Amino acid sequence: MSGAAKNKYIKGETGDWEIVIGMEVHAQVLSNSKLFSGASTEFGGEPNNQVSFIDAGFPGMLPAINGKCVEQAVRTGLGLKAKINLRSIFDRKNYFYPDLPQGYQISQYKDPVVGEGEVMIDLKDGESIRVGIERLHLEQDAGKSLHDQHPDSSFVDLNRSGIALMEIVTRPDMRSSEEAAAFLKKLRAIVRYLGTCDGNMDEGSMRADVNVSVRKPGGPLGTRCEIKNVNSMRFIAQAVEYEARRQIEVIEGGGTIRQETRLFDSRQGETRSMRSKEEAHDYRYFPDPDLLPLELNPAWVEEIAKSLPELPDEKKARFMAQGLSAYDASVLVAERELADYYEELTKGVDAKSAANWLNNEVLGRLNRDGLSIGEVPVSAAANNAIIQMVADKTISGKIAKDLLDIIWKEGGDPRQVVEARSLKQVTDTGAIDAAIEAVIAANPDKVEEVKAKPKLAAWFVGQVMKQTGGKANPAAVNAALKTRLNLPEEG
Amino acid sequence: MRELTAMSLAEARDAIRAKKISSRELTGAFVTAIQKARPLNAFITEAGEQALAAADRADSRIAKGDMGALEGLPLAIKDLFCTKGVKTTAASRILGNFVPPYESTVTQNLWDAGAVMLGKTNLDEFAMGSSNETSAFGPVFNPWRASDSNANLVPGGSSGGSSAAVAADLCLAAIGTDTGGSIRQPAAVTGRVGLKPTYGRCSRFGIVAFASSLDQAGPMTKTVKDAAIMLKTMASVDPKDSTSVDVSVPDYEKLLDGGIKGLKIGIPKEYRIDGAPAEIDALWSKGADWLRAQGAEIVEVSLPHTKYALPTYYIVAPAEASSNLARYDGVRFGYRAPGAHDITELYEKSRGEGFGAEVQRRILIGTYVLSAGYYDAYYARAQKLRSLIKRDFEQAFETCDVLLTPATPGPAFGVGAKTSDPVEMYLQDVFTVTVNLAGLPGISVPAGLTQNGLPLGLQLIGKAFDEATMLRAASAVEQAADFKHSPAKWWSV
Repeated sequence: MSGAAKNKYIKGETGDWEIVIGMEVHAQVLSNSKLFSGASTEFGGEPNNQVSFIDAGFPGMLPAINGKCVEQAVRTGLGLKAKINLRSIFDRKNYFYPDLPQGYQISQYKDPVVGEGEVMIDLKDGESIRVGIERLHLEQDAGKSLHDQHPDSSFVDLNRSGIALMEIVTRPDMRSSEEAAAFLKKLRAIVRYLGTCDGNMDEGSMRADVNVSVRKPGGPLGTRCEIKNVNSMRFIAQAVEYEARRQIEVIEGGGTIRQETRLFDSRQGETRSMRSKEEAHDYRYFPDPDLLPLELNPAWVEEIAKSLPELPDEKKARFMAQGLSAYDASVLVAERELADYYEELTKGVDAKSAANWLNNEVLGRLNRDGLSIGEVPVSAAANNAIIQMVADKTISGKIAKDLLDIIWKEGGDPRQVVEARSLKQVTDTGAIDAAIEAVIAANPDKVEEVKAKPKLAAWFVGQVMKQTGGKANPAAVNAALKTRLNLPEEG
Repeated sequence: MRELTAMSLAEARDAIRAKKISSRELTGAFVTAIQKARPLNAFITEAGEQALAAADRADSRIAKGDMGALEGLPLAIKDLFCTKGVKTTAASRILGNFVPPYESTVTQNLWDAGAVMLGKTNLDEFAMGSSNETSAFGPVFNPWRASDSNANLVPGGSSGGSSAAVAADLCLAAIGTDTGGSIRQPAAVTGRVGLKPTYGRCSRFGIVAFASSLDQAGPMTKTVKDAAIMLKTMASVDPKDSTSVDVSVPDYEKLLDGGIKGLKIGIPKEYRIDGAPAEIDALWSKGADWLRAQGAEIVEVSLPHTKYALPTYYIVAPAEASSNLARYDGVRFGYRAPGAHDITELYEKSRGEGFGAEVQRRILIGTYVLSAGYYDAYYARAQKLRSLIKRDFEQAFETCDVLLTPATPGPAFGVGAKTSDPVEMYLQDVFTVTVNLAGLPGISVPAGLTQNGLPLGLQLIGKAFDEATMLRAASAVEQAADFKHSPAKWWSV
């Protein structure tokens, strides 16, 4: 484990502290039916409408493994560059809760389907960090208790009961809330690229438990607390920051950290104790006798490996080879849809200007309008046409932005809009000269001034551009003005 | 022709096929017999009307010549098998008035073959017991009584309702489940045949689970041939049970008469236990003699880890049971205790009131042996012993084809005689649990009577999925023993 860069330390009264973070992420497997039953996994159904007798724990019901879920777990493992265990075992994790109909959760304890792997994360300052993956295992989700439906009863919705989850456990390799959030984003990008989880945190398809401890830089690991129920990217950073500062305060106040499970309260922005280690359940894990060990055929795993799509890291390397910076490339590959959009947009144009255009213009407008890349109103091909028109000087950069605004609001083909609205750049020197003469005639005082202050030339450029409705080629205007006003070359 | 209810399954089948009797006639005779035998308490649910309706449907298929393997044959079903639309109790209060909306695979196989269900038989609660005395619906009485006493005896367990029903001619055959001996022991003490197939031979889907790695369904019949016929229909690979095994199911009935010339019969020396009644040892020797006389070779074999079998079983089975029975929580189905104020109280009261003492004992044992700090000392070691017990059998089967052992350590005992000492009760399974732990097939065959007229059985143990050879040896024992005894019908009202 390497120490963090000094700038990630948190200042306490007794000096610097280093945060150590590990994560357990529950990612819902994308599959039509549940891990051990044929019931549907669709989100948002009427309560208890997607429940088989197996999911409801009825007498005599037996689980039968859904091969698709295993395939998805293996695919995810391969995407995490992890070891695939050809033999894994399903265990029972026993505890009583009304939303756990069988009285146990079928999970994998000692022998998970996926072993050690890694995720590389990119930070804003260009630093890349490796986060070790300890394991990935398959398990059943529980149902949901509803406490707000009746004054003195609780209800249970078993639609989620039995849905396949992948629990992905990291090594304690993260050192700041930024790294924790970056990890989760990267993991989400990977599973979305793979099509193994939709990564939708709002619907609970991806949930994280975050283990946080603090230590003096270079010192031994501190006692950790597990923060449950962190269900948005924003909350990850908040929860880590709050918890680290809480722990530092406790230690610096002469106290010690108790190993415990804490709940993140997003409204208060704080973590609260849920149960201590002493109160922890004894889950009485043992191999589920209803299920045989899961044996995978190496050739089948190989087939899955061959069918993997290009993943974010590979795509990023390719984008960098096209001339993008590491950070720009990592932003673009963060979402598969964005990367696809960029690839379409950059066809036949300079990669760097395409990336700039996408970052500054397209993403800026999406951000302004609160839209996602999936909802972008202007196609990548249309943007590509705009960039091409700038490149071949058909329109100016300024007009290009106006043009995007028009199409953003009204739609239309960029080339047709340029024609229809006469937005083409004016390079005709006669028209430019006429505009210059008009500006000079109207501003004799400025003509005098510019002789003493050559920098005022910029003002003239602006006026001429205005006169031509922004269509004049700025370089041509500049050159013509310099001649007309007798300005030095290096004005 | 014999009295209808006294016929074997094979005889009744042949009579129906020859159109000598109708299913309606046959079923009607059993429905009446069941009503008259209520003092035995063999059934929890009688399904006479449904049985007669099913018999009529069978008769119309028979008329059309569209006959299944068990067409029109009335059977009794242990009340551990879920039967669609018919109350299923596992002999426990906790299931309340649970009526399954689904059918177990084994019973579905029977109905698909045309069989008729007479009702659901009594059992030890959740199949936990060897005397049918832990049932929430009261004990079952053995149709047999000693020649020198009118005291009520137990019919064995846990499939005691099924064994009593077969012995008292209340059905042509019954089905049971066997986790540690629950088919073979009750069959033995009621003078009938009980077969536990290889683990994985029959689907467990729809059977209320006791100990998943040991439970196996099997037939309880009047003859070895009947067991062969029943097994053929009960067995199937089932995608709904991952532990069911895809091996072909032979026509056991056809393979029955091959004789046993040259067959090697193993006698495991560790099954000669101190303090066993002399009658048991004598019967065992007699069994070996019968087989030798028919051309088999008798070899002594060793199963050195036998003495660990009962302790191993009483760790593995309760461990699995403690988890399997967690679903009975009063939340979704079955019994819910009234007056609970919160969820913990709901669990505690429902389970405290819903489960009987023996079930609670086993849940506690199972929870204990799986607990942090005890797992390695108990459950993990039991699993290791289980592997050693399995290996014992594999090694023994290198020198023989079938094993011959006693079925039980003694004949049927008096009601209440062993209820105060659980360990004494657990010893009933001493000859049968090893077979479950090793996942092998076993069959008990009635072989003689004690001095005071109570039946005793011999057990044959086969290689995994070689029920055919085991049945052939069982048939040889059956022929030599020529056990034709039936209990006097003292219960008939």
